[in-house]
Amino acid sequence: MSQQIDRALLAIRELKKHYDEPGGGRLTVLDVPEFDISRGEQVVLRGESGGGKTTLLHVISGIVRADSGSIELEGVDLMGFSEAKRDRIRATKMGYVFQTFNLLPAFTALENVRLGMSFAQSGLMGRRVAGGTTDLDRAKDLMDRVGLSDRMHYLPSQLSVGQQQRVAVARSLVNRPILLLADEPTANVDPANQDRIVELIAQQCEHEAVALLLVTHSDAVARRFSRVEQLSTINQALQRTPA
Amino acid sequence: MSLLSIALRNLRYRKLASFLTALSMALGVALVVLVLTVSGVIEKSLERTSNVGYNLIVGSKGSPLQLVFNTVFFLSKPVENVPYSYYMEYLPGDGRQREYAKLGGELKEPERAGLYSFLMQGGFAIPLCMGDYVGEFRCIATTPDYFGLLKHGDRNDQDYRFSQGRNFEDYSQEHGYFEAVVGSQVAAAMGLKIGDEIFASHGAESGDTHSQGFRVVGILEPTGNPNDRGAFVNIEGFYLLEGHVAPERDEESGLEKRGTAQGPERAGMLSKVRLPIQKREVTAILLKPNGFAAIGMEKQVNKTKFAQAVSPIGQIEGLLGVFVRPLRWALLALTSLVVIVSAISILVSIYNSMNERKKDIAVMRALGASRDHITAIILLESLLIALVGGFAGWIVGHALGPLSNPWTMPATGVKIDWMSVQSGWEWWIVPGLVLVGTLAGAIPAMAAYRTPVSRNL
Repeated sequence: MSQQIDRALLAIRELKKHYDEPGGGRLTVLDVPEFDISRGEQVVLRGESGGGKTTLLHVISGIVRADSGSIELEGVDLMGFSEAKRDRIRATKMGYVFQTFNLLPAFTALENVRLGMSFAQSGLMGRRVAGGTTDLDRAKDLMDRVGLSDRMHYLPSQLSVGQQQRVAVARSLVNRPILLLADEPTANVDPANQDRIVELIAQQCEHEAVALLLVTHSDAVARRFSRVEQLSTINQALQRTPA
Repeated sequence: MSLLSIALRNLRYRKLASFLTALSMALGVALVVLVLTVSGVIEKSLERTSNVGYNLIVGSKGSPLQLVFNTVFFLSKPVENVPYSYYMEYLPGDGRQREYAKLGGELKEPERAGLYSFLMQGGFAIPLCMGDYVGEFRCIATTPDYFGLLKHGDRNDQDYRFSQGRNFEDYSQEHGYFEAVVGSQVAAAMGLKIGDEIFASHGAESGDTHSQGFRVVGILEPTGNPNDRGAFVNIEGFYLLEGHVAPERDEESGLEKRGTAQGPERAGMLSKVRLPIQKREVTAILLKPNGFAAIGMEKQVNKTKFAQAVSPIGQIEGLLGVFVRPLRWALLALTSLVVIVSAISILVSIYNSMNERKKDIAVMRALGASRDHITAIILLESLLIALVGGFAGWIVGHALGPLSNPWTMPATGVKIDWMSVQSGWEWWIVPGLVLVGTLAGAIPAMAAYRTPVSRNL
């Protein structure tokens, strides 16, 4: 355990991802020689769309498998993991905030948040989380913290976009992840709400001691954070094949 | 949230589609249950009515099935008649002598016992005369023994009881020979009550109505057998109606002796004068020999030229084997197809929703749901639809039976009870159908399983 303190929470080495192009040839979308995030650290990755931001997040979260290289989370390399194992890591250790919120329309705001905990433990019945609180208490607490305790039983269609993204933030944190991935979380939010959303994410990550990797093309968003990386420096593929 | 509540939420979100799919499942299962019930009821009623408290029917030579149909079910037409003196050969012990003393008329060797009495071993024989109608119902002329000696019910152990009144009597001070008992359905359909007079029409529903009526003295409790549809009159009174007197026949040629089809002179309705033996005929004789004599009896009777003995159970079993059971197979096959169609509709309904749900599935995957989770959710949805639809269909199928009683009971004489499971099949067919419905979810579940995440986010 003591070794882990020295190591980065997330350590990426020589990560490569190619896509086959229609008509032959391969397009390299990711080539990340080295990228680390420490425990609880908040990092902004700044870059234009089409720069492989989403692919990078998908690879880190295990939704997409990289072709080569290594992704270590807490010192464990995820590259060799099966899809089922990656799903499990994603369910238990990572949170995800999408550009398009991706709330499920059939579920109320509170249910969307609880949904985030549903897959960390298999089984048809609900579960209790460590510490004795039920998942319902945890979900309600988060709804309270994102300022939506009075909107818990609203359907996504009954919420404003800003409120929807706040629900999504609550959902991403409900499972007590160690790493939160946020993909352009303000791109679809009106400017008045952008700062509030970013502030909310940053504050809640700090509160829960969750490391944050936020990708954005917005300088306004990036200004809030102390560590800002340019995607173009991290991802060498961009330097060879400009979009 | 549990996977179950996620599945429930998804179903609720697509309320109409879920409802319609469950409805089609319900209709399919209801149909199967109904077919099972109906075919079970048919079989049971046939079996039960073949168990009417006698082992053999003796009648004129002819179609055995017709004899059974006419005598047991009051369907079809009567076969020819046999002489009353022939019936007297079955009377056990000294019954033949007593009958001769009571009725009078011409009888050869009146002092001896009936020829078949040794095979009866103390059982009983009941004469029936049929062919007339009361309204649309069959008129059965018989003796009070019909309700006194016969039993009915599934185990053939129940006495006939009267919801009103009593059994008719051989001769009553009030009505002479002219008393009648009607089955429950006859009473209901014709609005009969005790004290009403019913008139038999000769030979057919539209035949001439006899001027002499019979006083209703009893209404049978419903039995669930064809007797509910019968109007039973005293055979003694029946013989006194015009046209019911058998003419004397020339022994050589068998031709009628002219002017012999005349009833006796009687001074009013209460006269005790009876039709003499030689002018009487019976349509059928119900036999219940004691012990194992029935088998020997059947052979003995069938050796004669003009009479046959038929076992109703044997005939009805034959009928079941040839028609009813194969028909049930066919109906079951047909309805199973209906259920497969409902299963496919579950499949189509869920499958169609997969397109719009690709994104939802991808989101759940991104939230950490494994492919197995997604598959389980989809299968749970089809299981819920199949369960709810199947259960509702099961209830509806069972409810339709009793609800249809007012229409089917008059026609079949069979009462369908609530939740009467007519066939052991039901216990595995219905769960089987639910399983089929659930498995219908497997194909969309496979599609969900394969939904690529990154392209649908």
